[in-house]
Amino acid sequence: MTPRRRRMLWVGLVLAGVSLAAFLALTAFQKNLLYFYTPSQVAAGEAPRGYPFRVGGLVVQGSVQRQSDSLTVRFTVTDGAASVPVVYTGLLPDLFREGQGIISIGQIDGGGIFEATEVLAKHDENYMPPEVADALKKSGQTLPTNYGDYRK
Amino acid sequence: MWLFFHKLASPKHFYRIAGKLIPWLGGLTLILFLAGLYLGLIVAPPDYQQGESYRIMFVHVPSAWMSLFIYVFMAALSAIGLIWNIKLADVMASSSAALGAWFTFLALATGSLWGKPMWGAWWVWDARLTSELILLFLYLGYIALVSAIEDKRTAARAGGVLILVGVVNIPIIHYSVEWWNTLHQGPTVTRLDKPSIHLSMLLPLLIMALAFQLYYFTVVLMRARVEVLERERRSGWVQELFPDGSLERADVMHQQHSSPVDLP
Repeated sequence: MTPRRRRMLWVGLVLAGVSLAAFLALTAFQKNLLYFYTPSQVAAGEAPRGYPFRVGGLVVQGSVQRQSDSLTVRFTVTDGAASVPVVYTGLLPDLFREGQGIISIGQIDGGGIFEATEVLAKHDENYMPPEVADALKKSGQTLPTNYGDYRK
Repeated sequence: MWLFFHKLASPKHFYRIAGKLIPWLGGLTLILFLAGLYLGLIVAPPDYQQGESYRIMFVHVPSAWMSLFIYVFMAALSAIGLIWNIKLADVMASSSAALGAWFTFLALATGSLWGKPMWGAWWVWDARLTSELILLFLYLGYIALVSAIEDKRTAARAGGVLILVGVVNIPIIHYSVEWWNTLHQGPTVTRLDKPSIHLSMLLPLLIMALAFQLYYFTVVLMRARVEVLERERRSGWVQELFPDGSLERADVMHQQHSSPVDLP
């Protein structure tokens, strides 16, 4: 074996070894790498009880109820299969609206309601001019309801 | 073809060919930047959800792409340098590192500026953002390691191993938004099923990406030329190029800059 081939083999082995190690580590930490739980996971009892976690989903159309005398908002998030009621007091990000993806941090109280301490908007990967969005709505096509982000 | 690459790998020819390429690459970069910025900031319509704020992506997305591209390019160069002992590959890799680090920083900083109004947070520890931050540390680690070792060949070998080990992070960054739940959105442009960005926004994005790419090649060639001159300062062809010995004097200054020296 020439020195060059030996070096080639060595570089290949380093790459293979590191890839294997990374694969094993990521598989082991799979759950810890999830930034949020989906409503289905919460319904299945996979989310932790008694300490804070994040839940993500689309805000259900028509579910947002604001209290007239405070900043408290109630709404429901869904991934199409299950949904979680959320209550939050505070300022909402610009992108928060019905049908929009959001991620909130908090914990489930005794009554199964998610008490959020923070709400983040999750932008989806669609970009279009307002006129195109309007045209889509007019032609009867609803804007794509994208549950893909919340079903992993 | 092979002959061309062989010639290119010799410092003398690289210095000459790069010198000819740089003005063309630089001019093209400037034209593309102006066209991309005009189309992106003035012609392109606002977004239906985000309004005008989405325009930061014309800098953010190309920077993020470049941060990945430069790393993969450096990994390939490091492998070539390690296996075939080609000095020019080491020169190109070490000249790329600072550029890669800056593109990574730019991607993180612009993302943060966009994240506050849109998400409601400057920074979150989701898989995409965290793996991109690790990429910045890999670049900085490489720069620190290479500049800490005096001998250029040892430095290139050590840095090359670091870059090759870190290359495993690249697919993690790219697929992080598909493998795990993240706050960062999924891929828009590299999706195969259907385009999820309007053409009037996609076009400036691609022009900006090309401009960033050419900017990188322009600057990395400039940096590599200087590095080649410094490494080859005692060789015949450099002496011929600078017959008045100006590089030799620079050499003296370079070696004795810690103590004041009287120059003619």
